[in-house]
Amino acid sequence: MTTASPLPAENPTVVSKPKSALRRALHEPSVIFGLIILSLVILIGILAPYLGTVDPAAISPAARNKIPGAEFTMRTDTGERISKVAHFGTDSLGRDVYSRVIYGARVSIIVGFSVAVISVFIGTILGILAGFFRFLDPIIMRIMDGLMAIPGILLAIALVSLFRAGVLAVVVAIVVPEIPRVVRLVRSIVLGVREEPYIEAAVTLGTPTLSLLWRHVLPNAIAPLLVQGTFICASAILIEAILSFLGIGIPPEIPTWGNIMAEGRQVFRLLPHNILYPGIVLGLTILAVNVLGDGLRDTLDPKMAKRI
Amino acid sequence: MPLYIMRRLLETIPVLIMVAVFVFIMLRITPADPATILAGDNASSEQIEAVRGQLGLDKPILTQFFIWSGNVLSGNFGESFFFKKNVASLIAERIEPTVSLAFFTILLAVFIAVPLGVIAAHKQGSLLDKIVMGFSVLGFSIPVFVIGYMLIYVFAIWLNWLPVQGYQRIADGISGWALRLILPSIALSVIYIALIARMTRASMLDILSEDYVRTARAKGQIETKVLFKHALRNAAIPIVTVIGISIALLIGGVVVTETVFTIPGLGRLTVDAVLARDYPTIQAVILLFSFVYVLINLIIDILYSLLDPRIRY
Repeated sequence: MTTASPLPAENPTVVSKPKSALRRALHEPSVIFGLIILSLVILIGILAPYLGTVDPAAISPAARNKIPGAEFTMRTDTGERISKVAHFGTDSLGRDVYSRVIYGARVSIIVGFSVAVISVFIGTILGILAGFFRFLDPIIMRIMDGLMAIPGILLAIALVSLFRAGVLAVVVAIVVPEIPRVVRLVRSIVLGVREEPYIEAAVTLGTPTLSLLWRHVLPNAIAPLLVQGTFICASAILIEAILSFLGIGIPPEIPTWGNIMAEGRQVFRLLPHNILYPGIVLGLTILAVNVLGDGLRDTLDPKMAKRI
Repeated sequence: MPLYIMRRLLETIPVLIMVAVFVFIMLRITPADPATILAGDNASSEQIEAVRGQLGLDKPILTQFFIWSGNVLSGNFGESFFFKKNVASLIAERIEPTVSLAFFTILLAVFIAVPLGVIAAHKQGSLLDKIVMGFSVLGFSIPVFVIGYMLIYVFAIWLNWLPVQGYQRIADGISGWALRLILPSIALSVIYIALIARMTRASMLDILSEDYVRTARAKGQIETKVLFKHALRNAAIPIVTVIGISIALLIGGVVVTETVFTIPGLGRLTVDAVLARDYPTIQAVILLFSFVYVLINLIIDILYSLLDPRIRY
């Protein structure tokens, strides 16, 4: 152990792994499909005011419950009357469903991304702590077991009830149930590598713990975390829509796909468009993110791909 | 084996204690003060204090926790703020619709998904396989309420074959009960069909390359028997796991499905309780669901050893 034996010469042509894997991922059809749809949704969210939309919160009592394609007139903020074609119809308050669906992309994207980033961030820290420091492991993992024992959506519903309704409350409520899954993933990776010779070597060389974790342990978790983060993003978009649909998520005046459907619930029998259009867009977005996750998993994390 | 079950039962205790602590903390950090709510709108501060004393909220936190957990253990979940009723009896009323829905859903999911997965694995790479796999990604992504409304529109409004929404108790007639559960359970089962079919296919693919499958074929066993008798039994463990996970995940799906189909079950109760900030009810439902969830996981673990005699504890 102590004698310094010359290491066998490693193949010098080996390229750094994450780069080549990422490049491989970008050639995978499912990754390309997912990225295209996702970028489209993001673009729609950013460009919402320029896509022929009107104020998504503007109520026009005279134009309630129009079928898709019908014309309606509404008053703008400046007081002038304009005539518009309601591509997706209007809802029971006379709001333009097309504009609401377009603006709704914003909330879904914001919630999806912030939940993915925050839960991966917190989960990674806790997972590394649990995996690397033996004395913290039982404490952290028992808390995670407790959180995992509460069904995710139910936990989110309960947490939402604690805060005033809003985007932040919804993000927090979705983040908390996702954290244990990230912690478990990171912990198992850390446990897997902590006995590796290169970690032992780094410890022997006196590498400070923080830089050891950052430079030698964390890189092992990047690929699985990217995959996991993508799936978390998809599930966050879905859970936000569910919470809003149930009437306990984002406040109803903010256009989100879930809110549009919640609004359309009462008049569904006569005017199914309020549920149909946001439903299709929501389904397509979640599908794209899931397909993206599948593709990333297949290329970046072959071990995980084999399991499912 | 009995020793193992005992150990697993004991292991669930700390988990359930964690859940109880979490639920209790939730009660503490809620912005709403139960005493103020219960005392009513026009209560004086003395009246509120009196209610606080009645509820035991003036005692130290640790004492409160033990009193509360003692009550929960004896089945006393307190009084609902909103429904003005004992929470335990409130929950008891709502169990039947939820259990019926969950039962139909899992039945449907297992009976559709397992054969689909087996056939997809058998004909790996074929068009059928691709359709099954494509459907499984799709089924995973379309939210249950979108599927639910689409089904209602097609089968109840357009074709007029089935009742639109609502629920009928078994006691009021089995046919009405079953008829009203068809659409909700189809809607809810889609995602589980996707999940279980996918896992069945993956697990079967592993097993079909085993030597004993080749042996079975070599001795002239008919293919159906090879698939369902030799392979499926050995592929069962991951499938049972994923069915277990599905049952656990059902709890979330039930909340949404009951809203779409206006079924007065536990899921709807949860949402109504949240809308009314009815904390005793929310807590009781979470405790109950978590208990069921942990119990299901335990049952799956025990099933492993029954399915695979190689696993010994």
